[in-house]
Amino acid sequence: MTSADFIAVLPEVVIAIYAMGALLFGVYTGKDRTAPMLTWVTSAFLVLIAVWIGIGGQGSNAAFGGMFIDDAFSRFAKVMILVSAAAILVMSEDYMARRNLLRFEYPILIALAAIGMMVMVSAGDLMTLYMGLELQSLSLYVVASLRRDSVKSTEAGLKYFVLGALSSGLLLYGASLTYGYTGTTLFSGIISAASGDDVSLGLLIGLVFLITGLAFKVSAVPFHMWTPDVYEGSPTPVTAFFATAPKVAAMALFARVMHDAFGGVVADWQQVLALLSVASMFLGAIAAIGQRDIKRLMAYSSIAHMGFAIMGLAAGTAFGVQAMLVYMAIYVTMNVGTFAFILSMERDGQNVTDIASLNMYSRQSPAKALAMLVLLFSLAGVPPLVGFFGKYYVLLAAVEAGLAWLAVAGVIASVIGAFYYLRIVYLMYFGEERDALDPGGNPVLAGFLMASAAAMVLGVINLFGVEAIAAAAAATLVN
Amino acid sequence: MDNLLSIITFLPLVAAAILGFFLRGEDEAAQKNAKWLALIATTATFLISIFLITGFDPNNPDFQFVEEREWILGLTYKMGVDGISILFIMLTTFLMPLVIASCWEVKDRVKEYMIAFLVLETLMIGVFAALDLVLFYLFFEGGLIPMFLIIGIWGGKERIYASFKFFLYTFLGSVLMLVAMIAMYVDAGTTDIPTLLNHQFGSDTFSLLGIQIVGGLQTLLWIAFFASFAVKMPMWPVHTWLPDAHVQAPTAGSVVLAAILLKMGGYGFLRFSVPMFPVASDLLAPFVLWLSAIAIVYTSLVALAQKDMKKLIAYSSVAHMGFVTMGIFAVNQQGLDGAIFQMISHGFISGALFLCVGVIYDRMHTREIDAYGGLVNRMPAYAAIFMLFTMANVGLPGTSGFIGEFLTLIGVFQVNTWVAAVAATGVILSAAYALWLYRRVVMGDLIKESLKSITDMTARERAIFAPLIVMTLLLGVYPSLVTDIIGPSVANLVENYDLALLAADTRLAEK
Repeated sequence: MTSADFIAVLPEVVIAIYAMGALLFGVYTGKDRTAPMLTWVTSAFLVLIAVWIGIGGQGSNAAFGGMFIDDAFSRFAKVMILVSAAAILVMSEDYMARRNLLRFEYPILIALAAIGMMVMVSAGDLMTLYMGLELQSLSLYVVASLRRDSVKSTEAGLKYFVLGALSSGLLLYGASLTYGYTGTTLFSGIISAASGDDVSLGLLIGLVFLITGLAFKVSAVPFHMWTPDVYEGSPTPVTAFFATAPKVAAMALFARVMHDAFGGVVADWQQVLALLSVASMFLGAIAAIGQRDIKRLMAYSSIAHMGFAIMGLAAGTAFGVQAMLVYMAIYVTMNVGTFAFILSMERDGQNVTDIASLNMYSRQSPAKALAMLVLLFSLAGVPPLVGFFGKYYVLLAAVEAGLAWLAVAGVIASVIGAFYYLRIVYLMYFGEERDALDPGGNPVLAGFLMASAAAMVLGVINLFGVEAIAAAAAATLVN
Repeated sequence: MDNLLSIITFLPLVAAAILGFFLRGEDEAAQKNAKWLALIATTATFLISIFLITGFDPNNPDFQFVEEREWILGLTYKMGVDGISILFIMLTTFLMPLVIASCWEVKDRVKEYMIAFLVLETLMIGVFAALDLVLFYLFFEGGLIPMFLIIGIWGGKERIYASFKFFLYTFLGSVLMLVAMIAMYVDAGTTDIPTLLNHQFGSDTFSLLGIQIVGGLQTLLWIAFFASFAVKMPMWPVHTWLPDAHVQAPTAGSVVLAAILLKMGGYGFLRFSVPMFPVASDLLAPFVLWLSAIAIVYTSLVALAQKDMKKLIAYSSVAHMGFVTMGIFAVNQQGLDGAIFQMISHGFISGALFLCVGVIYDRMHTREIDAYGGLVNRMPAYAAIFMLFTMANVGLPGTSGFIGEFLTLIGVFQVNTWVAAVAATGVILSAAYALWLYRRVVMGDLIKESLKSITDMTARERAIFAPLIVMTLLLGVYPSLVTDIIGPSVANLVENYDLALLAADTRLAEK
């Protein structure tokens, strides 16, 4: 291991050391009493690392003989992952504490999951990929069942674990086939083997299995079944986490594998991705209509959004990757705000997730209702809010790549999807007054909600410059 | 002033932001402040827009007051007006103070109501001023949000159904347009509208999924835009959202919807469909002309059968918009002049008619025609005003309604005599339903007990109608006020259209 190799993985190593140090600290001190403090410190630490990566990172460096890649693309994804993880940690603190869920392991597990995700997006080899993926998944299985005395939470954890193991198996099988037919696990090796017209059938089967495993992680249809149950069963902060950072990591990994390893056979995976995209957009839009629980609804919403993100990927171009990155950045911002709102939904101190409880919320807290209104229209992709630009980007990428039919399908799905977002608006604004939710609430959550809504409005001016960074990131991935 | 258009567009939004952030409380005083602030903001917008019309050079068919700034993703923030769009902006800024004044009696969530209208005004002006495809789309679609809320929060009993239908119907129409816009960007490499107006989109026949597409890319793009604008317009048979939305919307919402929002569809045809896809427009013009003719006759007949006043006027709007689409797709000077004139005049007349309904609805809280009768005995001023606008709606010479219908009929007569003949019967039918409505509501003896104590219009209500009366009569006797401004731009459009068709024909002949 040379020092250059070490410098490339330094952020991951630092977080790992921090996580282990925190673990020891937690064990030898007052255990859960230090948990709130640990949550805040971890959050601050993750943001610090994000700043470090975002500002300090330069150029494209391949470490460990190409097994680990530190480039603009991975840095973009890492910053998103770390910042959203930090935001979710801060948002969960009060909620978890009041429900006696705040164990000191929670922030540590999130930090470990973050390392896994960072390794995923930097993977330059099927081995690295798998290690990152498993570190992330194992941490997530545990946080999903954090509420040990709740049947639903345990069920969520178990379900996630069993199906996650299955998908890991599929992914490994695909990886072994790929290795068998190319003789290497390095992406740089695979891409030179998998190019041209005469790609062996075995390699293509391997590719399909790899896509299957990755589709499970981003919860694309038809590998989405776990999502609603896990979203519903997990404690809400954990659901918020599931909806943000891991989705970014999985999408980035998806892009990495498709372009770095299989960039030579775009035509072979394009239709598969287009199909995943169409199925996700429609199922996400239609299945959400019947939902009464806002967490389940957000699960289907995230499935539909992943469908749109995959549409960018299906374009198979640098612009497509750029569109996907911008889409994910917008998606994460919207979801952080939305979940901040969901976390603050309480009646008599108990959290409620029933949509009907939002009846006439606008009378009671006009400001929060307005922020939520902005977020919902943004999620639906109605201009002039920023959510529209995410959709515009991926649609543009799809049409440019000659997938106009996919774009048409996408916009029709988005109209269907608009219905359930509008239904929440309708409840908040047009309904009849019933027993209201608790007023007030945590200022931290309200702050996140407001900031996210403000971003959706003000971002129209220049998308906060995300576009240029995403373009640079995409350019390093696709050449 | 270099950024006059931006000032006009965003002034209402700034006022809305001030209202939202700085006005607190729900008491009487706060409500009053909200209304006054909204009224001042809209009036100021109108006054500033007068600079726009006085500074506008009608003899120049190019875009004027152009502003351009870099924006994200190769898009530009580009605004500008030409003879076609400027009058729609004037119409909007002229009507908005009246709209605000007409909702003086609203008591429920006044601040939010005012904010919704102010935001809506920004978006409406933006639609007519935008010179970038995506910017246009942003304003065009953005208008759905405030209107959805206006219908849904302040509407009538069936407001929820109506608001959802309104939103989803128009949203579905527009998203297809979005894909078409993206396809145009990919084809032409720009979203700049003036450049696109000179871009020749492919019109060679190709086959898609085994179907021969005559007119090629142009036809596909035309259909996608048509889906959006026909719904917005609305044209028969996709007009069904309009009566629901109108009936359930509050009076001010109905006025905005009829007077301005519907015009976006017609404006879209004029700005995009006809000049950008001339081959497809030529190909599909008979189809649109017949749809328009059917719309005029069919919806006039439907209007005859209505029991609800607002619904009747809504159907009458659909019929009048039929004249507009007919005039546009005749694509000659008279037809296009007439179509634009009809839209402007319909803005005043339909707005006034919905306000007329609002006046008696505020007093009796019903829109049933049967609940009224003999109002002339207690409300002479109201009867006179309602009479004037009924006549204007019928298209009596001397009112602005006549000019528009007459010009579109002349225009279409040169293209398709049969369509003109069918549409002309619509003029008679419109007289039938409008006069019959008037007779049932205003004439006769006042026998209904509940009407015995009804009061005539207040000074505020009369003041709202005064500008509308002036405009209706003025345009009726002096139509060049409008045609002088739109003339050169329309002539330019017609010329380019004919040239493009000629070029396509020669290309076809060479093959």
